[in-house]
Amino acid sequence: MNALDAMHRVETGGGVARLPGALALESGERLGDVDVAYKTYGRLNADRSNAVLVCHALTGDQHVASPHPQSGKPGWWARMVGPGRPLDPQRHFIICSNVLGGCMGSTGPSSPDPATGRPYGLTFPVITIADMVRAQAMLVSSLGVETLFAVVGGSMGGMQVLQWAADYPERLFSAVCIASAARHSAQNIAFHEVGRQAIMADPDWCGGDYLKLGVRPEKGLAVARMAAHITYLSEPALQRKFGRELQRDGLSWGFDADFQVESYLRHQGAAFVDRFDANAYLYITRAMDYFDLAAQAGGVLAKAFDRASKVRFCVLSFTSDWLYPTAESRAITRALNAAGAPTSFVEIKSDRGHDAFLLDEPVMEEALKGFLAAAAAARGLA
Amino acid sequence: MSEFREDFREILRLVRPGARVLDVGCGEGALLDLLQREKGVDGRGIEISAEGVAACLVKGLAVMQGDADRDLAEFPAHSFDYAILSQTLQAVREPRKVLSDLVRLADRAIVSLPNFGYWRVRLALLARGRMPETRALPDPWWATANIHLCTLRDFTALSEDLGLRIEAAAALEAGKPARPIDPSRPLENWRAEAALFLLARPSARSMEADAEGDLFAKS
Repeated sequence: MNALDAMHRVETGGGVARLPGALALESGERLGDVDVAYKTYGRLNADRSNAVLVCHALTGDQHVASPHPQSGKPGWWARMVGPGRPLDPQRHFIICSNVLGGCMGSTGPSSPDPATGRPYGLTFPVITIADMVRAQAMLVSSLGVETLFAVVGGSMGGMQVLQWAADYPERLFSAVCIASAARHSAQNIAFHEVGRQAIMADPDWCGGDYLKLGVRPEKGLAVARMAAHITYLSEPALQRKFGRELQRDGLSWGFDADFQVESYLRHQGAAFVDRFDANAYLYITRAMDYFDLAAQAGGVLAKAFDRASKVRFCVLSFTSDWLYPTAESRAITRALNAAGAPTSFVEIKSDRGHDAFLLDEPVMEEALKGFLAAAAAARGLA
Repeated sequence: MSEFREDFREILRLVRPGARVLDVGCGEGALLDLLQREKGVDGRGIEISAEGVAACLVKGLAVMQGDADRDLAEFPAHSFDYAILSQTLQAVREPRKVLSDLVRLADRAIVSLPNFGYWRVRLALLARGRMPETRALPDPWWATANIHLCTLRDFTALSEDLGLRIEAAAALEAGKPARPIDPSRPLENWRAEAALFLLARPSARSMEADAEGDLFAKS
């Protein structure tokens, strides 16, 4: 039985959950009629102890292990979630939800404002990682899960994992934070600002009201994606993949995509605009920029994890990730140690940059498998 | 180093049940695993290789990838009752700093190391005029990881210099049980192939004050 057949036999579920009452946001605003779109894989066991929440990254979605509804591409983490994979629907009840502010069914700037019936646009309140996590916690409760066996995520997903540990430690048994950081650095904010400015410079952005006017700032969003995509790779990976290879014989002596790397980036940009909303990109990058877990705890990161000393942590980083470099993961690890939480940390050798966490990285897979198996034994899961 | 697993047995005997233990250079976690199962310790490890850490994860151990020379700062002061450094001190870049780091993190350090004053080592150097290759020091000089070899007297002098109290010491020999020694006796500096020390920070409570009686001195 190959993996795909096995996946077909997995019990899946999901839909859109309407959160009860209004969501109190970190900004002080309250957001009513909040929907959270989610997918589940596997079945919750009788004592409700096998639930795993997977948190997605900036441009990810709830389709972690099933084909994307628009592109038809396999789930973004199908190597990690599936039968025989580290997160196994035959053993775990896996939940993945689209973040608050997203554009794949959860309430975000492209959702209709209940007050007007028209898309929120820039009247949507600024949301934070903590707000995303609060919405997830309510979703998880509504699915009948009090304590998660594990919360797992990479990049912005890792930020949500850390926020879970800070805000709901008593609801976590273990936590896995991959290629992430406890705060956005000046460089991280700078790259996001480039992306946002590209979107806002597109005349079709229309001050954020493009949906009401029936247009989309596709050029701006594509440029934002192109710039961001470079930060997800590494210099050696780009060099190995493209070097100075040309698209056609000879130079065009113009501004066509002469180089393969140009063509690749243009393709990345074009494919992205088909599946992502420009305002959602603004709001989610803003949430990441505002993320600073230590600041929420009086400037001391360890204090953010004060109540998390019983949670088993696994922190992973990649040697060539310059977006969220190993030093960030070490800072997280140091704080967790200071808080007394049992913490493991591995820096995985890879030249594929930040995106390595989405790729075939056997050491990551083994580490995660080992960590989760040992945690399952400690939790009394079969 | 498998021939030196006598030090594991000795460490197992030394460590108080339920203690907080840091194993620096924990490899695949054999000692930590043993300590957790037999002594119910709250264990943490540091290991330089990703493969070693991955093997520890499978055992359910909390281990950080890192380097004794650089990453002991990851833990706050007084986080542990014991910091263990097994057959590693001679391979670090700054043994003096690592040793003081150990007693910053923990009340007590358990350190084992090969003795360069061992008679076979002295004889090999004297007779052949070449760097000794023995059971405890099996690699040629150009391939050895041991860049800071010392004798028992060197080590006791460094401990004294750092103001550390040697609460116990034992000679280690492959295939034989550990033998308690007085490391200040010159004869032991000839006899011991390797040795294990229990060191205490000056401010650490004395052994007599410890309620639990599983320590070295009680044997």
